[in-house]
Amino acid sequence: MFKAEVSTMPPKNKPSASALEGTDLLTLAPRILELLEGVQQLELENFSMEIGDLDLFIPSGHFSPVTQPIPPTPTAPAKPTALLPETFTPREILYPGSIREVVLGATKSGGGSRSRAITIGGATRPAYSDRRHMPVHPPVISLDVFDMKIALPKVLREPVEEVMEDPAEWARMNVKKFGADIVTIHLMSTDPLFNDASPTQAARTVEEVLQAVDVPLIVGGCGDPKKDAAVFKAVAEMAGGERLLLNSVTLDMAEARTLESVARAARDHDHVLLAFTGLELNNAKELNRRLYEYIPPEQIVMDLTTVALGYGLEYSFTIHERARYAALMGDAELAHPVISAATNAWAAREAWMKMAPEYGPRELRGPVWETINALTLLLAGVDLFMMMHPASVLTLKDVIRRLGTAAPSDNTEPARDWVGVRI
Amino acid sequence: MTTEEPVLRQKKGIREISPIDVYRLLPKTNCQECHESNCMAFATRLVNGELVLSDCPPLHTVEYHGAHQELALLLAPPVKAVAFGTGDRQCITGGKYVLQRHEFTYHNPPPIAIDVNDLMTDEELMARIRTIEQFSYNYIGRNLTLNAVAIRSVSGDPSVFGKVVRKVAGATNLPLILCSLDPGVMEAGLSEAKDGNPLIYAATRDSWRSMADLALAYHAPLVVHTDGDLPLLRSLVKTLKAYGISEIILDPCTLSDDGLSETLHNFTALRVAASRDLDELSGYPLLGVPLAVWTSEEISEDVLKWRETITASMLMSRYADLLIMHSLDGWVLLPQVIWRFNLYTDPRKPVSVEAGVKIFGRPDKNSPILMTTNYALTFFTVESDIKSATIDCFLIVVDTGGLSVESAVAGRYFTADSIASALKSFDAGSLVSHRTLIIPGLAARLSGETEEVSGWHVLVGPKDSSGLPQFLKSHWPPAGTS
Repeated sequence: MFKAEVSTMPPKNKPSASALEGTDLLTLAPRILELLEGVQQLELENFSMEIGDLDLFIPSGHFSPVTQPIPPTPTAPAKPTALLPETFTPREILYPGSIREVVLGATKSGGGSRSRAITIGGATRPAYSDRRHMPVHPPVISLDVFDMKIALPKVLREPVEEVMEDPAEWARMNVKKFGADIVTIHLMSTDPLFNDASPTQAARTVEEVLQAVDVPLIVGGCGDPKKDAAVFKAVAEMAGGERLLLNSVTLDMAEARTLESVARAARDHDHVLLAFTGLELNNAKELNRRLYEYIPPEQIVMDLTTVALGYGLEYSFTIHERARYAALMGDAELAHPVISAATNAWAAREAWMKMAPEYGPRELRGPVWETINALTLLLAGVDLFMMMHPASVLTLKDVIRRLGTAAPSDNTEPARDWVGVRI
Repeated sequence: MTTEEPVLRQKKGIREISPIDVYRLLPKTNCQECHESNCMAFATRLVNGELVLSDCPPLHTVEYHGAHQELALLLAPPVKAVAFGTGDRQCITGGKYVLQRHEFTYHNPPPIAIDVNDLMTDEELMARIRTIEQFSYNYIGRNLTLNAVAIRSVSGDPSVFGKVVRKVAGATNLPLILCSLDPGVMEAGLSEAKDGNPLIYAATRDSWRSMADLALAYHAPLVVHTDGDLPLLRSLVKTLKAYGISEIILDPCTLSDDGLSETLHNFTALRVAASRDLDELSGYPLLGVPLAVWTSEEISEDVLKWRETITASMLMSRYADLLIMHSLDGWVLLPQVIWRFNLYTDPRKPVSVEAGVKIFGRPDKNSPILMTTNYALTFFTVESDIKSATIDCFLIVVDTGGLSVESAVAGRYFTADSIASALKSFDAGSLVSHRTLIIPGLAARLSGETEEVSGWHVLVGPKDSSGLPQFLKSHWPPAGTS
């Protein structure tokens, strides 16, 4: 029944061009009614409660769709014989906040040795939500290098097999062959559970990679809050002025009392910190607040955690949407560019395991998994992706380019008839 | 009071509706026919989405007719729910309350339709329908499937189309989407699928009147298509509504190449208008057509499939309520059905299982004790690996708020302390005579501290539970015991 009612509901936000049309009177009517209703008392029979008791937070549940058919209205107006004109004016949503810009890498004039610096962040709108406000800095891609031989699925190993024991060569291949904007050197060997390589050794590896390529670098630790601090300090000192992104600092470091030393080293030697937290915005804010004591906010990037498709990607997607929205609404503690380790997609079994033939070869499933993981978070606002598979990298670059197309007039793709196409 | 005509009021977003808004329209008799203690309790659960209007019998009597209408309007989602097909497999599209899932939750996972066309031979047709019917993936104990068949008129010939529609309708009870821009062809198809409530694709600027007549004559829902022209789309919707059509789905056009940007922005603009501005003419389900990639000049099928899968996943994230696809390859479809399932879970309720001790096979005092977290996927994966390897063991499931091992370690829900307290509260010491705990490989860095805090010896297990049989072969029983 209600659908008949809906059809007589006046549209709420009509464009101002039609302000003089008669329908606008209808728009006003319900508002007046609502205003009038405001003076009426609520009658709550057989019931009493304080308004404060009402929990207006809406938990989950399912509304059943209302699908009963409309009964014919006896007084239905005559059917239109020609199209009724309408307009569409996308709403301009104004956001008070914007995402900070963070510069990664430094050129000679900037105190480093990179051929160019890369700025990430700067968003003023949710990602790709408004064509009138295209991303100031399109998202960029970093490719992984590991400083020791690690177990990788075959389809990831093959393209880099030759260089896996030479981080400098691996980095070079990432840039030259696969088009990496940035290279991440993971200092896995420093892990006390593996090789326990010394901070000096680690710094030397980073130095080799810095010499091999001229793109900005991300330096990854092993995850141990004490060891990472020692390694990052050594690396920061060795590569002073290079604006490395140190991956990462955590609340565990705060607990282990190593956070301050890393933050100070990054500040003193002009590097950027990656603040890593596990799918929890309050933690992300807390970590940032601690870092603000030591380092300018323009030297902080956030990693809110990327989970694999099928293993909780929706948590990552939603935490990124929430963080970005809150930041644009003015929460400065979340107004940092964000990074995603899209390679985490490979943790999903569907990415690497042999499955029944109807699910296709893993050689395709794997790269598709990494690609979709990245694309999903691209739409949630991620500014920098850490990736591995060349096909995924290529696809992401291509989509980023296409989504960055500014005006509708730039679009040269004609709509083709898919209904009658012979496939 | 309650029998007067419903009063039109400004529609509210779901988050702005309070139980009092609802309560004032209820009978207020506290009759408890809904099994709630009083009308206010019913109102609260209604707003929370836990109950529906039909749970209140008195509301459906003549006396409360007006209030019922007003409540239905108040609680209607800004994006209308539109159904096609019949019976158990009926597809429901749209019915969305919010733009972003964290604002509430998304309802009605987008059905995925796969195409057939009217130039296929009988064998091709039947084989394809069989594949569509049989595609299924078991994920966290649920079967993820495909949902509809889109029949395309490639011949342009009404009688050819009609015959194929009859064959398909006879071969499957999956809901149908009939695709032709020619009203004559459409009528031939509709006459063969009368009882199936098929979806009509599509009314356009040129054909809207004939297609609207067909939709009315066959009581079928109707897709409205434009080449990305949103003013025209709203104009068509307005006209069709005035014409008497209520079941409408919007196709703002899917482009996947240079037009991808325009497509995603159009989907976004329509959904923003519907959910934030409550614009009625935009408040209909959105149809995405990843199949459109097959119209490109690209000749490599794998490239086209690749494009189709990434286009589909982006449309899924960007508000599509229904998808038409072509490829039947598992690697194309698997990410879609999984992402759809994930995106449409309730964001405030992690998919979790109960914490506790699970027993597999016939463990004794010397059997291994394994540990994992209570994220459903993690648990079911570990469970299936243990079962398929027929391992006799105890598995302690720790409450990590429904997070996977990796996330829970990162978020510090899975810590040495939480492990120790789980060992204690589930009285693990009474299950076995040894004191060796096997923790997940992804929680390796908790091992030292866990030994200190719990007093148990810790073995770091494999990173993926598929490695458990091999791991136990080489590590169990642990050195130093018999």
